[in-house]
Amino acid sequence: MQEQIAKNLADMGVFHLTAGNLVMWLVAFGLFYLAIKKQIEPLLLIPIGFGIFIANFPLTGLLGEHGLFEIFYKYGISNELIPPLIFLGLGAMTDFGPVLANPKTFLLGAAAQLGVYGAFFAALLLGFTLPEAAAVGIIGGADGPTSIFLSNALAPHLLGAVAVAAYSYMALVPIIIPPVARALTTKQERSIVMTQMRVVSKGEKIVFPLLGCIVIISLVPKSAPLIAMFMLGNLFMECGVVERLTDVSRNAMMNIVTILLGLGVGSRMTAETFLRLDTIGVFIIGIVAFTIACAGGVLMAKFMNICSKNKINPLIGAAGVSAVPMAARVVHMMGAKENPQNYLLMHAMGPNVAGVIGTAVCAGALISALTG
Amino acid sequence: MEVVTPMPGTVLSIDVSEGQKVNANDEVATIEAMKMEVKIYAPGNGTIKEIKVGPGDTLNVNDVVMIIE
Repeated sequence: MQEQIAKNLADMGVFHLTAGNLVMWLVAFGLFYLAIKKQIEPLLLIPIGFGIFIANFPLTGLLGEHGLFEIFYKYGISNELIPPLIFLGLGAMTDFGPVLANPKTFLLGAAAQLGVYGAFFAALLLGFTLPEAAAVGIIGGADGPTSIFLSNALAPHLLGAVAVAAYSYMALVPIIIPPVARALTTKQERSIVMTQMRVVSKGEKIVFPLLGCIVIISLVPKSAPLIAMFMLGNLFMECGVVERLTDVSRNAMMNIVTILLGLGVGSRMTAETFLRLDTIGVFIIGIVAFTIACAGGVLMAKFMNICSKNKINPLIGAAGVSAVPMAARVVHMMGAKENPQNYLLMHAMGPNVAGVIGTAVCAGALISALTG
Repeated sequence: MEVVTPMPGTVLSIDVSEGQKVNANDEVATIEAMKMEVKIYAPGNGTIKEIKVGPGDTLNVNDVVMIIE
């Protein structure tokens, strides 16, 4: 009888809660606060936060072999299904018009990938292994699904920390970009008014995703899962004859996989895996990566201005850090501060979407370099 | 002189009425692009002669919003 009572008590989770679990609950509540009160990335932070919260209850079996969260993780993230599906949705929302109108901006998106490589080397110096350093460095690309895709492929044990660092810093783009971009530009440069963009024809927009696949996938084959799905989504949108597929890709399906992704990522963040020194390293390098990325884009723009007569406003280089479209909006507001009649938004969208592609290509290149 | 849209977007509001006098850099309309409100300013001094669009209209780059005389 007494034994039975003792066993029942022992089966109650409450007696197995560790201090670490409680700390992780606080992390989860912190994310809820940011999402609900500050409206920062609520669509992601609510499911991620809830995943963390529930994953830190003892004895639930949710993370066991047939546990619910384990299933989300195994069949959604571990086998790399969900990030490409999110890219399908992103492709169906992305207008490549600004890039096509001014293809030079592709270079700015590429320059921002300096952040990925800068952080990669910083992480190596801090003692991370090669694959870990790559997973941490990709935070500099400021792209959530790509970060998850890469860290899962190279350093799954860091997935939770990398994902949360990537999404947190993306939310902080309005705070990170302005000081970096301002420090590297003069008032005169920030006031440069960019000439009107040419109108891009429908034909160009339809050809672009196909041409993009040919160029990118043949050069960096390992980027295929992300790039192919992105371009398919884009083709859905631009071809104009599959409205239903465009709509489901960017809305219903995107929402469904966001829930699964959030729970799957959150569930990786148990006290044992998250409360480690590595996590602090990930966050420190993440901010370094963002800063270098932002600086890389701005400096590239200044360099291009030396070589070309048609001046570009160097602020738009900062939008190369992806974080679509937030980075472009921040850049627009910085330009408008110097001259209210300066409309940089659409010009900044060029490096912005180029940055997404650039980060996916970077991820592919790192995967093939490090997995052989 | 024509007030044109600097970027594609949807008209949120027209902030002046026909016959009204405006100065250069006065706000004349608000459009929404990429979920962001963007103000359109008068390019010079004059009187609003004709307003060509209304709230909810979708605009492309260089579409005429209004004419100022």
